[in-house]
Amino acid sequence: MALQDQSIFENASCPILLPHDSRIVMGHGSGGRMTRDLIRQVFLPLFSNPALDAANDFASIPSQDGELIISTDNHIVSPLFFPGGDIGRLAICGTVNDIAVSGAKPLYLTAGFIIEEGFLIEELARIVSSMKSALEESGVLMVAGDTKVVEKGKADGVFINTTGVGWRSNNFIIGGANARPGDAVLISGTLADHGIAVLSARGELALESSIQSDVAPLNGLIDTLLHTLPEIHVFRDPTRGGLATTLNEIAHQSHVEIVLDEKTIPLSLPVKTCCEMLGFDPLYVANEGKLVIILPEKDANAALDILKRHKYGSQAASIGSITYGKKTRVLLKTLIGGTRILDLLSGEMLPRIC
Amino acid sequence: MTFSQDDFRDSSLVKTALDELQRITTRPWVIMEICGGQTHAIMQYGLDQLLPPSLELVHGPGCPVCVTPLELVDKAIAIAYRPDVIFCSFGDMLRVPGSNEDLFSVRAKGGQVRVVYSPLDAIQVAKDNPKKEVVFFAIGFETTAPVNAASVLQAENLGLKNYSVLVSQVCVPPAMEAILSSPSNRVQGFLAAGHVCSVMGYWEYLPLAEKYKIPIVITGFEPLDLVSGILQTVRQLENETYIVENAYPRVVTQLGNRSALTMINKVYMPVDRNWRGIGMIPMSGWGLRSEYAQYDAELRFDTSGIQVMESKVCIAGEILRGIKKPFECPAFRVECNPSRPLGAPMVSSEGACSAYYRYSSEGSD
Repeated sequence: MALQDQSIFENASCPILLPHDSRIVMGHGSGGRMTRDLIRQVFLPLFSNPALDAANDFASIPSQDGELIISTDNHIVSPLFFPGGDIGRLAICGTVNDIAVSGAKPLYLTAGFIIEEGFLIEELARIVSSMKSALEESGVLMVAGDTKVVEKGKADGVFINTTGVGWRSNNFIIGGANARPGDAVLISGTLADHGIAVLSARGELALESSIQSDVAPLNGLIDTLLHTLPEIHVFRDPTRGGLATTLNEIAHQSHVEIVLDEKTIPLSLPVKTCCEMLGFDPLYVANEGKLVIILPEKDANAALDILKRHKYGSQAASIGSITYGKKTRVLLKTLIGGTRILDLLSGEMLPRIC
Repeated sequence: MTFSQDDFRDSSLVKTALDELQRITTRPWVIMEICGGQTHAIMQYGLDQLLPPSLELVHGPGCPVCVTPLELVDKAIAIAYRPDVIFCSFGDMLRVPGSNEDLFSVRAKGGQVRVVYSPLDAIQVAKDNPKKEVVFFAIGFETTAPVNAASVLQAENLGLKNYSVLVSQVCVPPAMEAILSSPSNRVQGFLAAGHVCSVMGYWEYLPLAEKYKIPIVITGFEPLDLVSGILQTVRQLENETYIVENAYPRVVTQLGNRSALTMINKVYMPVDRNWRGIGMIPMSGWGLRSEYAQYDAELRFDTSGIQVMESKVCIAGEILRGIKKPFECPAFRVECNPSRPLGAPMVSSEGACSAYYRYSSEGSD
């Protein structure tokens, strides 16, 4: 059965452009390309200043004998309680980690709560108690807060904003722009645990898994690393958008090429299996207790020793290097010896069809 | 003997197969992998760079999101806007552009659009929301047909009156025949889609191989599966044999999955289907049988009066037929990227353009 009309075939065409630039869609919150474009279009032109334009997860305000480091983050996870953590622990660790990866010591936090009418006070107390234990673990004080209540249906249980300040002494120059050719890239443990734990806790996947979120404060680990190995160039926590997005940001800020070796990237078997079933690439799935470390190759083994002795670094691995590339990009050497590009996540990550 | 998935990713086994491929390849050959899942695996593992340079892989039309016709996307959008409807879809379809907008925009404007992982989840939504009309967007190739059909049978068993399906079910063999009979065809061998064949078997391909003198090798999705499929295809081409071979026997049998086929045949019958980017192919898909007309969303909701407007910006049609590669499109990486797709092949996780965009540096200069 041949085609009746070859001219249909030859004039095949394609649909028109749908830019999504008049209304917010979920992809704008993915942390990937759409988020970046939204920030560049709407926020940066009006707020531009040196601290903001550095485009780190934290802002640095220079002072006489060091820098004030400020970071803020909104937390909107669903469900509020998931294996390995809850929104309270997440809200503390998220901001503590954003400050700590600058090489600063996180000191003070504030918290803003938007609570939905009808929310159980007992659950709120559980969340706040979980915040307290994360604060104790990270040695940070909660110094101010605010609560607002909105009508039922106008929020999803509770949303939490945390803002933190920390202090970075002049001894350390850490930042996404400092990766140098010849550096090694380390990761402190298995990837994608948080994203997959939350997704399976939503109960939409009809999957039962033992996967726990990795949500944890990393300032203790960072402090140990930094005081033993002061030449570390970059710390970054690969949260929303995953490792691939974080490394793309670093490649861009440092104007370098990053090459990863797929077979060295640590993944737990349940996470790997889940991702393959659902069509997710674990390199783009969120982590909340993992650390990317970029440092001179000569220090890599010493850093791995420290990491592996720490409770948040036992699965640490060296996964790649910074190379003298022509382009600022991230490449992945695949399991079978091919090479591919790891790009920014585009839009919302969607499960595939078959 | 049992295999673990990692055996099919073993770099030394892959290398042995690649060496053999190198040894037997004496001439240039053009081979099409039918399925978008295969295209993505090839790009994801960088397999294209490891093949003998005289072999060219071209990417087939086997991306369900890419070939779903515009009029159905527009109908889906019109139905999803209705306040009495909860519209359920596989995630990929939300970003596919209709004439003016996509299902994401419908959701952003307040329409109830839900991502489900299976139509059986949509059945649950229908049970939980008896006062709403629940519509499932039943798109896909032979792989999604059994479970989409099962959802209709389940709705019937449960006596659900508020469940319907918007059907755009398509089949691989008629599309292969359309490609082979086109005067601009370059394809000399096919890697048939392993998962499609796990449902259908491969008896349908025997007459195609004979009529068009073309090797067809049923191929899986792991690196070793793909290299084995390519190796068997090239061996046939070099030896001038043209038969159907099964390089995915751990999953595929000649006659397919009998219970899946029973469900498909009970609910669906063959119909003409429009393929986005390709055009109408006679008897190339399935529609609901008249006994199940009450579950047909196109009959339940008035979607007449929809004006379909396909622009002619990109070359999706040529890409879906294997005539051009994504980086040969002037829009590739320029105006067209996964956040701002001009065409469906850039949207889907199985689309060829999206695979090139994500994994390949070609066209990035």
